[in-house]
Amino acid sequence: MITLLEARNIGKRFGGLQALSDVSLTIRKGEVYGLIGPNGAGKTTFFNVLTGAYTPDGGEFVFNGAVLPSGKPHLVVAQGIARTFQNIRLFRELSALENVMAGHHIRTNASVWGILTQNRHTVEEERLTTERAYELLKYVGIERFATATAKNLSYGDQRRLEIARALATEPQLLALDEPAAGMNATETVQLKNLIEQIRGDGITVLLIEHDVKLVMGLCDRVAVLDFGRKIAEDVPAEVQKNEAVIGAYLGGGHKHAH
Amino acid sequence: MNELALAVPWLGKRNPQAARWLVIAIAIGAPLVAMMFGRTWVRVLDFALLYILLALGLNLVVGFAGLLDLGYIAFYAVGAYTAAFLASPHFDVHLPIWIVLPLAACFAATAGIMLGFPVLRLRGDYLAIVTLGFGEIVRIFMNNLNYPINITNGPQGINALDPIALFGWDLSRNIQITEELAVNSLFLYYYFFLACVVGSIIFISRLQISRVGRAWAAMRDDELAAKAIGINTRNMKLLAFSLGATFGGVSGVLFGTFQGFVSPESFSLMESIAVLTMVVFGGMGNVAGAIVGAIILSALPEILRHLAVPVQQALFGHVLLDPEVLRMLLLSLAMILMMLLRPSGLIPANAKYSHIRYLKAKGVTE
Ligand SMILES: Nc1ncnc2c1ncn2[C@@H]1O[C@H](COP(=O)(O)OP(=O)(O)OP(=O)(O)O)[C@@H](O)[C@H]1O
Ligand SMILES: [Mg+2]
Repeated sequence: MITLLEARNIGKRFGGLQALSDVSLTIRKGEVYGLIGPNGAGKTTFFNVLTGAYTPDGGEFVFNGAVLPSGKPHLVVAQGIARTFQNIRLFRELSALENVMAGHHIRTNASVWGILTQNRHTVEEERLTTERAYELLKYVGIERFATATAKNLSYGDQRRLEIARALATEPQLLALDEPAAGMNATETVQLKNLIEQIRGDGITVLLIEHDVKLVMGLCDRVAVLDFGRKIAEDVPAEVQKNEAVIGAYLGGGHKHAH
Repeated sequence: MNELALAVPWLGKRNPQAARWLVIAIAIGAPLVAMMFGRTWVRVLDFALLYILLALGLNLVVGFAGLLDLGYIAFYAVGAYTAAFLASPHFDVHLPIWIVLPLAACFAATAGIMLGFPVLRLRGDYLAIVTLGFGEIVRIFMNNLNYPINITNGPQGINALDPIALFGWDLSRNIQITEELAVNSLFLYYYFFLACVVGSIIFISRLQISRVGRAWAAMRDDELAAKAIGINTRNMKLLAFSLGATFGGVSGVLFGTFQGFVSPESFSLMESIAVLTMVVFGGMGNVAGAIVGAIILSALPEILRHLAVPVQQALFGHVLLDPEVLRMLLLSLAMILMMLLRPSGLIPANAKYSHIRYLKAKGVTE
């Protein structure tokens, strides 16, 4: 198995709160890797540090054998890591199609001069971006809303749109932050199929999720965070039996003493 | 252009083709109609076109990229003073407009980047305050750079700017057709400015439907998410500031050469606010809004100005309210009414950032 991403001793502190301490984990190419833990365990913070939204206090990420730049989101995306947000963050005034097209920004390079003169390269690139975006909407199953404004989509469709937008950046690693949150049973099943399809197309998935059934059904391996520490990392069946994990969940998050 | 045609009340939705021709007819015929009321009104139209250019540029920054800029008029000043330095008896330099325009555009763009760098991390109110300060600093510089060396000639301003000459053809001179019949220079300026406006509309529409336009819109709607899909927000902000400033600079040159003199008082904070009002009044984030806002809010005060003095004379026997005060009153009234009745402007943004025609084969329509 080839290693895609290695987190080495990642630490992140907010004032007096150690949100992440010494977190190390390894994600292999082609797997679905789950990241679970009680509320406030530091899962989203891990995403933020990984994608460059925050700079870690210590440690580094190695992606495809090279150290990722810290605190530079656009460079991280260029390397091939895309993410979605726990609380959906779409470009509200743009159409669904345009949201996905915006996601393709980093893979295009038309200059202002090219745009002004509408040279061949620019026109061709624009056409390809539009077509690709439409294909991605189809891929996640919301192409019938292509021209609808993003803010008018239903909650489940907004989640799918966010995934399509992330896929438009052509990632090798797709990081999903609680994609099933707020979805009903049918939508969750559809989401599960979608993630399996994404994995089938060769994209590695890093998944934060509270829905235990979804995590256990989808993930090849799971890491458990509690109070910013990794307390377990194993195949789902083993993690479910792990004493420390059961303790963390029964302990009720913050009340649990360390 | 399409946006503008669609914005025509009633006709726009029913018959966009006819609406388009109507817009073109108005644009071409307006000065002829205005001439019937006197030359002053053609002048008003010339200024309206300059304001359209300014509003289009500011809309790029505020409407598309979401960066609230209250010092926009500074770039207008940079353009106007560039023209004054490079084409007037002040330094006795007389460069042709084809050199002055690109130079002024470069200077303004540089000024835009100079403003952009320190404010990269600021948003909303904070950004507004700093840009406001920037605008005032530029004006104060123009006001005071006459000592120890006289560069700007201080508050008196610079006179006798060279008129625009296109291929040796002086726009400030009337064209004599027969003994009595002449094409007034105000018309020449009008059509020249109109050409500039049309060029700008084409450029901006192209920018809007491009990776740059979408990146700006993304940044405006959610900066964090824009970063998360790989948009380099720093570069995109600087690009917005510098392109917006370029528009300001170019219209500044046109303003200076058209008016024939420049002085710091033309570039006060009130002018920045006036242009911003035009953008907000018309509808932020779409080209048609900026244009309609600029036309209404630049022409209306002039009409008022011409009515105010005689009406007040007739009513009270003397002038109570100065026309300039009335202009500000009108602008504030426009803003208040707008907020109460149509918070998203006269023509609410319905901007397109993609060409659906590329998906025709797939059966996608608007
Ligand atoms: N920007 C921030 N400033 C200060 N504290 C923060 C910040 N972001 C997160 N925290 C804190 O860090 C801790 C970890 O938060 P994080 O959002 O990573 O948890 P999580 O595991 O994603 O939880 P949930 O399951 O509720 O989403 C929490 O106590 C949170 O309050
Ligand atoms: Mg979270």
